[in-house]
Amino acid sequence: MTPRPEVHRRGAAIGALVAAAAALLVLAAACSQEGSPAVSGPSPSGSRPGGTVSVFAAASLTEVFTTLASAFEARNPGTKVTTSFGGSSSLAEQIRQGAPADVFASADEVTMAPLVSAGLVEAPTVVARNRLTLVVERGDPKGIRSLADLGRPGTVLVLCSAAVPCGRLGAAALQRAGVTVTPASLEDNVKSVVNKVALGEADAGIVYVTDAAAAGGKVDRVAIDGADDAALAAVYPMAIVKDHRNDDGAKAWMTCVTGPDGRRVLRAAGFLAP
Amino acid sequence: MTPRRRRPPVVALVLGAAGLALLVLPLAGLVGRAPWGAALDALREPAVATALRLSLECSLSATAIAVVLGVPLAWVLARTTFPGRRLVRAVVLVPLVLPPVVGGVALLLAFGRRGLVGQHLDAWFGIRLPFTTAGAALAEAFVAMPFLVVTAEAAFRNLDRRFEDAARTLGAGRWRVFRTVVLPLTRPSLVAGAVLAWARALGEFGATITFAGNTPGRTTTIPLEVYLLLESGRVDGAIVLSLVLLVVSVGVLVALRDRWLGGL
Repeated sequence: MTPRPEVHRRGAAIGALVAAAAALLVLAAACSQEGSPAVSGPSPSGSRPGGTVSVFAAASLTEVFTTLASAFEARNPGTKVTTSFGGSSSLAEQIRQGAPADVFASADEVTMAPLVSAGLVEAPTVVARNRLTLVVERGDPKGIRSLADLGRPGTVLVLCSAAVPCGRLGAAALQRAGVTVTPASLEDNVKSVVNKVALGEADAGIVYVTDAAAAGGKVDRVAIDGADDAALAAVYPMAIVKDHRNDDGAKAWMTCVTGPDGRRVLRAAGFLAP
Repeated sequence: MTPRRRRPPVVALVLGAAGLALLVLPLAGLVGRAPWGAALDALREPAVATALRLSLECSLSATAIAVVLGVPLAWVLARTTFPGRRLVRAVVLVPLVLPPVVGGVALLLAFGRRGLVGQHLDAWFGIRLPFTTAGAALAEAFVAMPFLVVTAEAAFRNLDRRFEDAARTLGAGRWRVFRTVVLPLTRPSLVAGAVLAWARALGEFGATITFAGNTPGRTTTIPLEVYLLLESGRVDGAIVLSLVLLVVSVGVLVALRDRWLGGL
């Protein structure tokens, strides 16, 4: 291994640390209850949520919600946020089976809609949007510059399965570009796609910008033409589960994510504003 | 001595019944929730037939790998002494405790395109295991082989060596002793170990999807198909397919039990 990428990677790691520290500093003032329409609470100084808030969220929100959860706990002493990240459909099915969730954030509206019509969740709010990008092996040894290059024979391409939102969006992007591909694997979630490219098993994959950013320098990004188009954007609706246990906590969490600080953290991770 | 008929202790009955309930209730839930009307339609889907064929193909290949490599390994562990033997025996058990997804990552780092061995397989022979049926079988063998090795090692260890000594004094060579004395005497355990390994391979999910990916017709076995159906919100389809796997595995176990397994 040449020393150059080593230095580069260490630099990236330090950069990530600095960014994380900065985010936490910013968040020292974030996600508190001041200014939010509070209902009732045990504390005499005003309403503060207590107990545990159970947040179910799509896998691509892992980094952002983990950061927000720490900030939320720091600003609301005595409140604990438990997070459960996974494929949106699995989480929706768990909620249908009575899993103890207070809040659910899905990676698409297709998954959220049946819960709304079944009366299991309250009206959802879109908290973020995401867009697709190509990721290629570090250094791009195969010289992949656009979606069209994915059709070249011998290219090991890994996509999300059509069972998950990134798979449906990826297929739409390929169709729009008029590219026919033979994927080596249809992964069950977007993180697996990033990992296969980062490990060098695949030459390229289609993932969200945020997942590519979270991978740091382990993969290179190649922009997709038209990725900003609304038809190719992922939408993240979040809703309070009707059968929730912690009313104050659920509302406070919604306020935290949709508020200015939540947006700042989402934007820092590469999400687009709702 | 004639065994007197006695009622088993109440504690054993109660705990035993609770244990059985723990194993059976989830299956009852599966059967109860099954959309029987849609079941036949689901079975006619070509993707299901393909996944079932792949599941059988991969699990049987994995069992073959486990037998061919695992029986000699068990023999060596049971019958020889060498420095570090205890460590080797512990390492053999690692896949049993390793989360299968971690096993899949480990397999990628060893046999992947950039892996320790995989990079040479690729460079010298053009062999790439990830995303192939062979890769899926290898991942299943990794997870399943310890079941065979542990069972076979116990059988070899418990075998009375005097039978072998007698055969040797009568002039039989080592291979003949193994074939005509050791194998017949340990066969029930070896078959039981192979069946355990096969059953584990058939249900394998984590290592397979991590190492071999999910490619319909190549690596999408029934457990992967079930998971993806759940992910896409098609719970009914997932339940039907789970039942298919259940029926096939129970059917094979019942058939084997009568023919070979005796006490298993």
